[in-house]
Amino acid sequence: MNVILAIANVVIKELYRRKDFYVLLVLTAVITILMASANIFNDDKVVGYLKETCLRLIWLSALVIAVGTAARQIPAEIEQRTIFPLLAKPVTRWQVILGKFVGCWLASGIAIVVFYAFLMVVSASHEHEWRLLNNFQCLWMEWMFLAIVISMVLLGSVVFAAPSSTLTITLVVVLGILLLGENLNLVAVHQAEPVRSLLYVVYFSIPQFSWFYLGDFVVHKIGSVEWLYIFLASLYSMAYSAFFLLTTWVCFRRKGLNK
Amino acid sequence: MKAPRPIFTLAFLLVLCFSLAASLHPVFAIMAGDHAGDSMIKTVLGDGRKMFANHFYTQADVYFHSGFYPNFIEQSYATGGPKKIHIAERQEEGKTDDDDEKEEPGMNFMGKSADWIESFGRHFRSHVHTHLDKPGAAREILPWLQLAAELDPQKVETYTVASFWLRKNMHKPDEAETFLRQGLKANPTSFEILYELGLVYYEDRKEPERALNLLDLALVRWRQAEAAHRKPDPHQCDAILAHLSTIEESNGHWSNAVSYLEQEMEFTPSKESVGKRIEELRMKIPH
Repeated sequence: MNVILAIANVVIKELYRRKDFYVLLVLTAVITILMASANIFNDDKVVGYLKETCLRLIWLSALVIAVGTAARQIPAEIEQRTIFPLLAKPVTRWQVILGKFVGCWLASGIAIVVFYAFLMVVSASHEHEWRLLNNFQCLWMEWMFLAIVISMVLLGSVVFAAPSSTLTITLVVVLGILLLGENLNLVAVHQAEPVRSLLYVVYFSIPQFSWFYLGDFVVHKIGSVEWLYIFLASLYSMAYSAFFLLTTWVCFRRKGLNK
Repeated sequence: MKAPRPIFTLAFLLVLCFSLAASLHPVFAIMAGDHAGDSMIKTVLGDGRKMFANHFYTQADVYFHSGFYPNFIEQSYATGGPKKIHIAERQEEGKTDDDDEKEEPGMNFMGKSADWIESFGRHFRSHVHTHLDKPGAAREILPWLQLAAELDPQKVETYTVASFWLRKNMHKPDEAETFLRQGLKANPTSFEILYELGLVYYEDRKEPERALNLLDLALVRWRQAEAAHRKPDPHQCDAILAHLSTIEESNGHWSNAVSYLEQEMEFTPSKESVGKRIEELRMKIPH
């Protein structure tokens, strides 16, 4: 466990040494503040559009940070040949993968906590209430979503040739699932065989990312999600992450490290 | 040859830049021509911005339903989705939540879930059909309408729908009038905007004389649109004439009121009641 945490610690330090996080945070803040300064029919209590825009920016920024951080981890170790002293410690390949995953996941978690703190300050300044439960549930579910994404990226980073291709392919896949994933069954019903069966196979195999976006509850103030469902969705996320990490390990354990 | 001192080179370059800027500015000002006053959005997106305007107009309806709304795939395939933008329907007088339920039974685009993924996923999205029609609650739809108007100033419904909610839900007739006048500037022949502007004066400002002028102009514009075969909405003409006759009746101009009601007979679905009113008003006209 200590080994995993030590590797994770290095990844977290990398987050605050790099500029991505700061640039995305400033960009999100500037866009949100510019939108907040718009005059909406002389009414300063309008906040829904602001929260929605800020949430979408947070999702996009967190996705870019998580994918960008995770895609580089293993290829960089191999490229710089630091993987050899690391494995000679002795550290097993499974520990390397798990350490990298925990590090990226915790780093993304720290990033989204900062982003959500900003969102809460912006919305509280208009609404005069914190809505902690909604914001916490939204943050938690986003973190669970990032767990699946990071494990997918780690798998991609040992399969694909370069971090850039991992980054592009994963972003396309994740955004595709977010956009179409939940309605693939609806599309499948209206298709002829064999496309129908094929779409159903994809629908039941892909992780359903849309479950993890609780923006409706934050923006429209329609109550909160029952904790049981949050717990079940978290289990679902852990199961998919474990699957992707195991597959990563299977691919990585016999991978030649000499380039 | 001795090289000049850097300070002189810098000063020369500065003078050169200033001279060039001063001489080129008028040329670029002429080249910009009609586009000089355009907004940044228009400059960046061009006519492509109209594509987004419709999205934001629909987004206002999404907010009106507190997120309970079919996404673009559900709108393409599901049969129970909204056929018409709901916020616009509310403008039709006398409509209530109950009427909506009758016409769109529960906006049942979700229907029965087909599998466990769909069923479980519904816990994480808005799944209750509600409307933002408590006083002041509709403010959340307004930014999207403002944005839609910015992107497509020729979309008349954006102005009339926003004005309706500003007047009825937010009690802001001044803002409604400003927005309508902005719309009228972009659409000078729009009878819809003139009609809504007439309502601002009649219902909110309680100035029937100015309302009469605006509604009269709206009627002229409607007739012009009909003459140009643009197929204007007959219900709109019915509403304009109904308001004109009401105002004239309250002013004691019985014959004018009768004249408007007679014109209304051509468009109204309730001919019997309009006919009855004509008879009542004729009795009041002194012979």
